[in-house]
Amino acid sequence: MKIIVMMKQVANKDAILRVNKASTWIEEADLSWEVNESDGYALEESLRLKEKHGGEVIVCSMGPQRVKGVIKDALARGADRAIHVVVDDLNQFSPYASASVLAEAVRNEQPDLIMTGLQSDDYGYAQTGVIMAEILGLPHATIVIEIDASAEKLRVKRELESGWYQWYTMPRPALLTIQSGISQIRYATLKGIMAAKKKEIKEIMPSGEAATLQPHQRIERIYLPEKQKQTQFLGNGDAKAGAVALAEKLRNEARVI
Amino acid sequence: MSNGILVFIEHRDGRFNKTSFEAVAAAQNLGRELQQSVAAVLLGSGVGNLAEMLAGYEVAKVVYAENEKLKEYTPDGYTDAMERVVRQLDPQYVVMPHTYLVRDYAPKLAARFKKGLISDCIRMKVTDGNVRFTRRIFLGKMDADVVSEGEPPTFVTFQSGAYRADQAAKGAGAQVETLQVEVGDVRMRPEAPFQEVKQAVDLTKADVIVAVGRGIKSKENIALAEKLAEVLGGDLAASRPICDAEWLPIDRQIGSSGQTVAPKLYIALGISGAIQHLVGMKNSGTIVAINKDAEAPIFDIADYGIVGDLFEAVPVLTEEIRKLKA
Ligand SMILES: Cc1cc2nc3c(=O)[nH]c(=O)nc-3n(C[C@H](O)[C@H](O)[C@H](O)COP(=O)(O)OP(=O)(O)OC[C@H]3O[C@@H](n4cnc5c(N)ncnc54)[C@H](O)[C@@H]3O)c2cc1C
Repeated sequence: MKIIVMMKQVANKDAILRVNKASTWIEEADLSWEVNESDGYALEESLRLKEKHGGEVIVCSMGPQRVKGVIKDALARGADRAIHVVVDDLNQFSPYASASVLAEAVRNEQPDLIMTGLQSDDYGYAQTGVIMAEILGLPHATIVIEIDASAEKLRVKRELESGWYQWYTMPRPALLTIQSGISQIRYATLKGIMAAKKKEIKEIMPSGEAATLQPHQRIERIYLPEKQKQTQFLGNGDAKAGAVALAEKLRNEARVI
Repeated sequence: MSNGILVFIEHRDGRFNKTSFEAVAAAQNLGRELQQSVAAVLLGSGVGNLAEMLAGYEVAKVVYAENEKLKEYTPDGYTDAMERVVRQLDPQYVVMPHTYLVRDYAPKLAARFKKGLISDCIRMKVTDGNVRFTRRIFLGKMDADVVSEGEPPTFVTFQSGAYRADQAAKGAGAQVETLQVEVGDVRMRPEAPFQEVKQAVDLTKADVIVAVGRGIKSKENIALAEKLAEVLGGDLAASRPICDAEWLPIDRQIGSSGQTVAPKLYIALGISGAIQHLVGMKNSGTIVAINKDAEAPIFDIADYGIVGDLFEAVPVLTEEIRKLKA
């Protein structure tokens, strides 16, 4: 089974975000980066499928040279080779444009399965995988939390709202978007890191109509969210003093204890 | 020329999804601001009664697109049907609730028009006929104002809770237009939806909930939160990653894929406040957040906050409450 995993590099969860001068995006210089959470699970699930059924896992990531960090890490964890779609500024792309560029980047590989995370931790569009599937003419399923690839058709378990689930069967090739937590993610071993150095990373440029398509949406401005509630902050940075004050407030002000 | 607003209505097992009416409220709002009419669209088979119920809302008409293949939801079936309805009605905006079902097919629908969605919006503002949609980015840490560009239709989805379902205006009775819609090959076959093991814990009745997030760091540390819950006579709950890691059973998960609760007191320990968590607890009476990151979105909805290390705060808090209760 030939599996392609789409992986995005996003700002580190703990990073302090600063709005850029034009207020159109965050300041990206000096930022620390990590792999998008659900994409990490998409990789793990791909590696497990390969271990069970044989085949090949190819990582595909789009972005400037820094995304090699994500690619090398995936190769160290066990992916076989990589495709890097070199784009300096990802923010020029609308959801349709990025999905379309990614679709063209993997089309000729003719994979049996394409896996993506269910959404990115930065834009949070939750669309890239589904649009790719449409462009490539593949059936898809989203928010997948279990995959059975033992039969000719794929059987996948999807998460629905409020603790409900549903199984879907579909032919291959197909595209699945993976929910975080589907499995426990492995660490890269020293051996894996050494082996990764010899693995192929193919660089390609964006192609296809979408690389030149007019964007269908544009971010005008980003800013810190307005607070919905007036929060009383207690302790002034001293967690213990805050706890003492909190107990008193809960008793005498909120009257909940 | 494209005109009007089309709102997508979701249903399952003969019942509407409540967030559909939040979308109706959003669409009516947009319609009033832009002075355009709103049509509602329902896809299915044998749900004419739902279409009739929809007609009781203030909409110009209800389009009921019918086909055997729409009896159960599939992304292939819904995309084909909606594409035909959108092409026929030629609306300027297509408004949808940001549900799991919509997430599953709507990007595919938009792609048929060579575009994506303006997804998961929390509000919108109309000035001089121009609409600015606001969506959360970076897991709730920032807001972005987004404008649509290029040809209509603009596809937009609204986050659960962005508009209130009870603000969907009722009307004098709209006409229902039944459309026998064509649907092509449906490649995926759904089985019946099911719930995992019956939930053993019902947190919806709890008065006090102490919830732990990834900030708790390890399974062993949960004992700290347990002690706090104990002195408060409350229940223990968690964010999703804690249940994924099986540090606590899944029936203690709060959020869009877990339980929705509204206790008198909700204490969030080391929980960042992602929207999927917030939807499950934001209607709680008093909300307390202890988090070392002052920018964590959980503080947006907290009544009381401690910015600091939960491992310092929680033992002290537990002890103080024990004293107060003695
Ligand atoms: C479709 C979908 C459905 C989902 N359903 C749910 C759901 O039902 N429920 C749910 O909870 N999530 C759900 N999620 C996941 C959600 O998006 C978040 O990823 C999740 O809620 C994050 O959990 P967390 O806050 O515990 O972890 P994180 O986001 O990692 O936050 C940990 C927090 O702990 C703080 N912290 C760390 N150390 C300390 C310390 N020593 N003292 C104090 N604070 C500390 C950090 O500052 C941080 O804010 C869903 C996601 C998707 C996409």
